[in-house]
Amino acid sequence: MAIEKIFKDDASEEKGERARMASFVGAIAITDLVKTTLGPKGMDKILQSTGRGHGVTVTNDGATILKSLHIDNPAAKVLIDISKVQDDEVGDGTTSVVVLAGELLREAEKLVATKIHPMTIISGYRMAAECARNALLQRVVDNKENAEKFMSDLMKIAMTTLSSKILSQDKVHFAQLAVDAVMRLKGSTNLEAIQIIKKPGGSLRDSFLDEGFILDKKIGLGQPKRIENAKILVANTAMDTDKVKIYGARVRVDSMSKVAEIEGAEKEKMREKVQKIIAHGINCFVNRQLIYNFPEELFADAGILAIEHADFDGIERLALVTGGEIASTFDNPESVKLGHCKLIEEIMIGEDKLIHFSGVEMGQACTIVLRGSSHHVLDEAERSLHDALCVLSQTVNDTRVLLGGGWPEMVMAKEVDELARKTPGKKSHAIEAFSRALVAIPTIIADNAGLDSADLVTQLRAAHHKEGCNAGIDVISGSVGDMAELGISESFKVKQAVLLSATEAAEMILRVDEIITCAPRKREDRM
Amino acid sequence: MALAFDEYGRPFIILKEQDQKTRLRGIEAQKANIAAGKAVARILRTSIGPKGMDKILQSPDGDVTITNDGATILEQMDVDNQIAKLMVELSRSQDYEIGDGTTGVVVMAGALLEQAERLLERGIHPIRIAEGYEMASRIAVEHLEHISQKFDFGTTNIEPLVQTCMTTLSSKIVNRCKRHLAEISVKAVLSVADLERKDVNLDMIKVEGKVGGKLEDTELIYGITVDKDMSHPQMPKQIEDAKIAILTCPFEPPKPKTKHKVEIDTVEKFQTLRLQEQKYFDDMVQKCKDVGATLVICQWGFDDEANHLLMHRNLPAVRWVGGVELELIAIATGGRIVPRFQELTPEKLGRAGVVREKSFGTTKDKMLYIEHCANSRAVTIFIRGGNKMMIEETKRSIHDALCVARNLIRNNSIVYGGGSAEISCSIAVEAAADKYPGVEQYAIRAFADALDSVPMALAENSGLQPIETLSAVKSQQIKENNPHYGIDCNDVGTNDMRQQDVFETLIGKQQQILLATQVVKMILKIDDVISPSDY
Repeated sequence: MAIEKIFKDDASEEKGERARMASFVGAIAITDLVKTTLGPKGMDKILQSTGRGHGVTVTNDGATILKSLHIDNPAAKVLIDISKVQDDEVGDGTTSVVVLAGELLREAEKLVATKIHPMTIISGYRMAAECARNALLQRVVDNKENAEKFMSDLMKIAMTTLSSKILSQDKVHFAQLAVDAVMRLKGSTNLEAIQIIKKPGGSLRDSFLDEGFILDKKIGLGQPKRIENAKILVANTAMDTDKVKIYGARVRVDSMSKVAEIEGAEKEKMREKVQKIIAHGINCFVNRQLIYNFPEELFADAGILAIEHADFDGIERLALVTGGEIASTFDNPESVKLGHCKLIEEIMIGEDKLIHFSGVEMGQACTIVLRGSSHHVLDEAERSLHDALCVLSQTVNDTRVLLGGGWPEMVMAKEVDELARKTPGKKSHAIEAFSRALVAIPTIIADNAGLDSADLVTQLRAAHHKEGCNAGIDVISGSVGDMAELGISESFKVKQAVLLSATEAAEMILRVDEIITCAPRKREDRM
Repeated sequence: MALAFDEYGRPFIILKEQDQKTRLRGIEAQKANIAAGKAVARILRTSIGPKGMDKILQSPDGDVTITNDGATILEQMDVDNQIAKLMVELSRSQDYEIGDGTTGVVVMAGALLEQAERLLERGIHPIRIAEGYEMASRIAVEHLEHISQKFDFGTTNIEPLVQTCMTTLSSKIVNRCKRHLAEISVKAVLSVADLERKDVNLDMIKVEGKVGGKLEDTELIYGITVDKDMSHPQMPKQIEDAKIAILTCPFEPPKPKTKHKVEIDTVEKFQTLRLQEQKYFDDMVQKCKDVGATLVICQWGFDDEANHLLMHRNLPAVRWVGGVELELIAIATGGRIVPRFQELTPEKLGRAGVVREKSFGTTKDKMLYIEHCANSRAVTIFIRGGNKMMIEETKRSIHDALCVARNLIRNNSIVYGGGSAEISCSIAVEAAADKYPGVEQYAIRAFADALDSVPMALAENSGLQPIETLSAVKSQQIKENNPHYGIDCNDVGTNDMRQQDVFETLIGKQQQILLATQVVKMILKIDDVISPSDY
């Protein structure tokens, strides 16, 4: 009797070894794809979109690369997902997490080939991950108490993060930028408050952090270009026609003169509104919505600077910076909190005019202006800076710091190896494999830098045999160096997230023994 | 094919368009059905037990689900075969009724079908087999009752409940921190349980997940979380002793439901309308303020002006809260959902100790926590995990654990797990078989064999020799007359499940046997399958 077909026509089912192989192959392919971007000498990728215009992105950021890929393999999708989560959660280490998960699976594949049950491998991996985490915990440095040292830690972390990106040439400059910006947030992780404005032209080195706030808008005609001691009203209100909001209301008239009357009334209403706003005693008015010509003219007459159509984030930031509140009604001017700043002026960056608010009250937000030769450079610079900002803001909350340059991996590998020696049973093989996967990361860093990885990594391992060693790979000189002296640091939170999510993902993929693919949904051809 | 002849010997056709239909009948039909049922059971067989494997399911849209939960696998499998759909139904009804054991029930049904096939080959009529199964299932269920044990727990002694939940969780990917999750589930169930009526309303437990962090960060919140933030960025982020107005009317101008038109034809009308509108907003906010609310939760959106007025009057507000969440908030805070501003009164406000906004990660994700509510019976389990699939799987696992805990509160009888209950039933059924005269005896014996398949699959998945292990355990049970011996899946060294603290609920097990038998009976009774052939 033939086996009855139970699935729909196009559905497929893969079982046992084949399923496992399919997921291993998918995961390892993804790993190989991104692993050349790892480390300070990692290479970039060009991504061309299939959408309109075939936009090109040049990047080195793991999450960005993986996000743009169209993948059909389910195991690969798991890896992409962890990379995305890493990006959302800590912002950096998006490549490392995929590479580590891939290496764990690569090692697991070998073990499965020698007939070790995946469940045994999983329990071994779990023990190893726990042990590795403890090893890191024992060696973290926490300079929370010592502000000066902590600042230098932040600086080092920022430089380490940036060194693998396009900004590596000016990493000191940008690290300083990032650290300054994050310190202004005073412990909050809301990166929305840091505005990044990209203006092509100039060189990367010309990028700067502005203490105040820059709004990418023009000042209305006939209005003052420079205001000192500005009182700012931040608003979100309709300044176009200010329609009647009561549902179903509509105007119906029977003669031209009536139309004119109503028009007059409307104008009067707007004038009243403007008068009310002016009555707040302000000299700058920023609205989220459009301001039509008529009210703009009224504002100009009153000598008030009116800025229209600032986007939502811009408004929120401006409110944060100047300490005003976002207003929508204007009936009681005495109780609305106005924003203040010392100086508003129009400035030029490149050939664009921007509005600059300086000498602001609260100073929780700031603006970073990026300059660079092309859009692609600017985009990549923004991503890199974003990574650095994320890591820094997380580090401010969790001040534990580790050394970088493959040092944490070697420390973990050493502890895990020791655990393997103590553990009886088949699990021991899995624990060993975990340590090999950890060592793979410094190996890849060295390989990407064109160094003799086999030699370097063994040297490193020998160096780590001594207690309390700070050795890591010094990619610049191509030798084993003291990471503490070189000032290469990483955030503990990032490393921990890499370790845990990679293990989790590997575990998830290993547990699978069957893949059932449903028939793809038929799409109508819209062509 | 159905071809009949009338009294003159002329052929006539019974089925419409019969040449376009395929038809299987008699023993062929039964065999085809059994084969389909077995195919489904075979897929699930490897998922059973603490060392069971997971499946990747790719949906028609390319989304990936990784799971070990029988009901979920079958639901997403998108099967085409009718009999296979019956098996899917079977698993789903176990899910609805009990919530756990969805894999076991399908494996059990598959084994029963397999045994039935053998009996059919020996020429036993399917109805006789079905009857035999029915008798056997009755014996097994009675026997389960017999070997089950009552255990005591209370609000102070939750250990037995935790142990049972841990058994359920140990077969899932979350078994790394099963202790933690089991405790959370039990505490959640206990806090919403009505111990006197022995009832638990699982709707009061909300399971929320947010990607990021690690599984160990999963927490139980005595209150509600809402995936929303304050409507105005400058509203306070934390409110102590909040008095909450729960509204289902928008902060917008009124929209009478009857069709109407407001006509503006003079300037005066325009002016009055404008003033009215302003007043309307003002009144709305003032009313909320007057009853003493310190937080407004609204199902609908706010107009910009209303939003600012709220901010201005120092009245924090949350907008676009979903209906289900709104209800939960109302239950938790003891407030009433108010459909009109006019009906707001101080008594209708809900109360909560702390309401706070919490942000996560580097993105702008924010959640609102409403804690220390007046009526603390609504709780939220908040899951964190490395990736989306992990969260989804954890949600399913927690659901199973919650169901198990609920079942225990309803009926505190347990049987021991690890296949021990099945083995014990199998022995009992086997022994009882000899007492029945007639062909049914064979069917009853076959049922006993089928019961062995669950422990067999457990042993297989754990990498043990299935036949050897099973026979050893069986003989041990008979020799020592102790129904607590099962399969030692985790290599602990003993196979006394009482020592390993592996239990399952009695109703879960009983339901598994009953449901599986029912479906098998139904499948066996089919002797004709008519389906349109491929078009």
